[in-house]
Amino acid sequence: MNAKFQPTGSAYFIVPDTQNPEQHILSVIVDNEPGILARIAGLFSGRGYNIDSLTVSETEHEKHLSRITIAVTATPKMHMQIRMQLDRLVPVHRVLDLTAEGNGLERELALVKVAGKGENRVETLRLAEAFRAQVVDATTDSFVFEITGKSSKIEQFITLMQPLGLVEVVRTGRTAISRGPEGM
Amino acid sequence: MAEQMTGAEIVIQALKDNGVEHIFGYPGGAVLPIYDALFQTEGIEHILVRHEQGATHAAEGYARSTGKCGLVLVTSGPGATNAVTGLTDALLDSVPLVCITGQVPTSLIGSDAFQECDTVGITRNCTKHNYLVKDVNDLARVLHEAFYVATTGRPGPVVVDIPKDVQFALGNYKKSANGATQHASYRPQTEGDSAAIEAAVDLMLKAEKPVFYTGGGVVNSGPEACEHLRELAALTGFPVTSTLMGLGAFPANNNQWLGMLGMHGTYEANLAMHDCDLMINIGARFDDRITGRIDGFSPNSMKIHVDIDPSSINKNITVDIPIVGDCASVLEEMVRVWRTKTNTSREDALKPWWKQIEDWRSVKSLSFKNSDTVIKPQYAVQRLYEAVKDRDVYITTEVGQHQMWAAQHFHFNEPKRWMTSGGLGTMGYGLPAAVGVQVAHRDALVIDIAGEASVQMTMQEMSTAVQYGLPIKIFILNNEYMGMVRQWQELLHGGRYSQSYSESLPDFVKLAEAYGGKGIRCSDPKELDDAIAEMIDSDLPVIFDCVVDKVENCFPMIPSGKAHNEIILPDTADIGSIIDDKGKVLV
Ligand SMILES: Cc1ncc(C[n+]2csc(CCOP(=O)(O)OP(=O)(O)O)c2C)c(N)n1
Ligand SMILES: [Mg+2]
Repeated sequence: MNAKFQPTGSAYFIVPDTQNPEQHILSVIVDNEPGILARIAGLFSGRGYNIDSLTVSETEHEKHLSRITIAVTATPKMHMQIRMQLDRLVPVHRVLDLTAEGNGLERELALVKVAGKGENRVETLRLAEAFRAQVVDATTDSFVFEITGKSSKIEQFITLMQPLGLVEVVRTGRTAISRGPEGM
Repeated sequence: MAEQMTGAEIVIQALKDNGVEHIFGYPGGAVLPIYDALFQTEGIEHILVRHEQGATHAAEGYARSTGKCGLVLVTSGPGATNAVTGLTDALLDSVPLVCITGQVPTSLIGSDAFQECDTVGITRNCTKHNYLVKDVNDLARVLHEAFYVATTGRPGPVVVDIPKDVQFALGNYKKSANGATQHASYRPQTEGDSAAIEAAVDLMLKAEKPVFYTGGGVVNSGPEACEHLRELAALTGFPVTSTLMGLGAFPANNNQWLGMLGMHGTYEANLAMHDCDLMINIGARFDDRITGRIDGFSPNSMKIHVDIDPSSINKNITVDIPIVGDCASVLEEMVRVWRTKTNTSREDALKPWWKQIEDWRSVKSLSFKNSDTVIKPQYAVQRLYEAVKDRDVYITTEVGQHQMWAAQHFHFNEPKRWMTSGGLGTMGYGLPAAVGVQVAHRDALVIDIAGEASVQMTMQEMSTAVQYGLPIKIFILNNEYMGMVRQWQELLHGGRYSQSYSESLPDFVKLAEAYGGKGIRCSDPKELDDAIAEMIDSDLPVIFDCVVDKVENCFPMIPSGKAHNEIILPDTADIGSIIDDKGKVLV
């Protein structure tokens, strides 16, 4: 029998994905019902998609609709699949790939706590001003800044604060909307 | 007008209003109010299974053999967790089920109460959708929606988790005014895009080496889809192959039928898939058991894919013409468009292709070396087929070699006659599925073609069969091995038969008798026909212990990770007649 001469080690054959992964931002409109976040998160973990960031809040109270913004890194083919899989969930109303549409506008908000005295404190304030970060709390030896902008800007601000006494950071994750008059 | 009733009564009323006549279930503390309401109801028959997994598979068999929604009723905690395998099975094979689970009272949820489990959490990823109903006034709406979601679009299982206090509470019942079809976010697309259909037909008109690759979606779509498929095949003259799930949608006795494709599909089906210039996928999903090695899959064809689930399209294989829609309506439209474009046969253009296919056919890839001393499993299925083919017969299977032999050697000319666990490959599916099929078709002959290992996973449902007078026939191809595991170990793991021998088997004849059924054993090929006749004649559930060759392998076989043209043929294959040298090298 020829079978013996055709061994294969695995029950599955995995073809490596040759496309390069890229990050996309998805906007998803869902019914704001119990478990909806678990449903979305479970889809991502169950199918092995990587969530980079996720924000969610009810945006239309009368209709109990929430809008979820998901940043996800995947190959172009996977992005298509992710969109289809999200769309298949019963409480999902619409899925929009803002990156693919090419007209997304994105922002993130961070609260950044920095502690220090003397020269550092002056420098901290100077940089905060340059980044248009607001002081939302201050003591004699600390500040909490509120900064909004593209994630890269926040990233940069945090890096600069590092040597100046950065204590901690919280970030909302990215949120996004399309430019122009049309809604989703 | 809304009517006041208890949650439990609402459940029963909603089931009735959604056409439920049979429930497969098992009682327990958290569903007692529903069982109480059921006790006082006429018109719904409850089938008491012996394990909740059995209830789910029985409901699957019921659903797949009727086209209706299967209904499962189980208690909280272990009742729900036992149902998980069947729910997953139904999800992967797109079987419409509504599974009602009891839950601890709302006030106790989250307290680790007795028999509490997070049913919606556990079943979220193994259902099409699920609900926890905390307010009795939502109950009727949710139940109607559950039936709607389960049965429309790509069908699937839906769980409705109902806390016990909600079952007792008084609430409003409203009939579904068919209003569920106005669902705000769930709107399956059933009509295919007409430009895409037109483009598909244009390709079909030009194709020289076309093949229809059909799947379970055609069966799920219903009898009209199967009719339109037959019509389209007749019009075009194209060959047809099908996945394991789609058997019966196209008649096996039709000359255009190539047999099943895939890992254990026929040589002609797999090579036609590999060499075609146009592949028309209707309701199949390019599963890895079908495609084999993706980068070697049908390298030179244009591909059309019709599927009701947009996420199935371009998931595994990128296609040229995607068509989202219900098979029935898309096929009907294809027939219509074809007719508007031509009324001449393409027989001449397809001649070389059919000649090629005939050569592949002559290899006889399903052949095997028969014996007159030991029953070959393929022979057993062939004799079974010959004995029952003119009857009203339904076949279920377990999972393993016997399942593949059943698919290869039992032939189906009608849809909904073949119930097998394809996507999940669940050992233990066949016996309870046969119970469910027999509940729906009391006078039909229902046979579970089984393996001795699989059948022990849900053997207790034999007791259910006896209780309800369901004369199912469990035809065990007993090779004393988990044969499929043994085959892989032989071919891929150096013959190291780790844990694949079926040790300490019960005496299946005595086991059948112990349950109150009939037992038959046969190990002599010469006695096989008489023994099968005896099985068919019995009014009782029968366990037929068909003692077969222990080490027979199932061929053809495309080893995982190989392309279709790297198929392994049986020793008996007539490879001398393959004119193509390339083919010779490969076998
Ligand atoms: C629940 C479950 N566990 C394990 C497997 C893996 N498996 C696939 S086939 C098989 C052996 C089946 O043996 P048997 O029922 O005797 O059938 P045969 O292959 O011998 O015909 C096993 C263990 C499975 N499919 N399902
Ligand atoms: Mg076996």
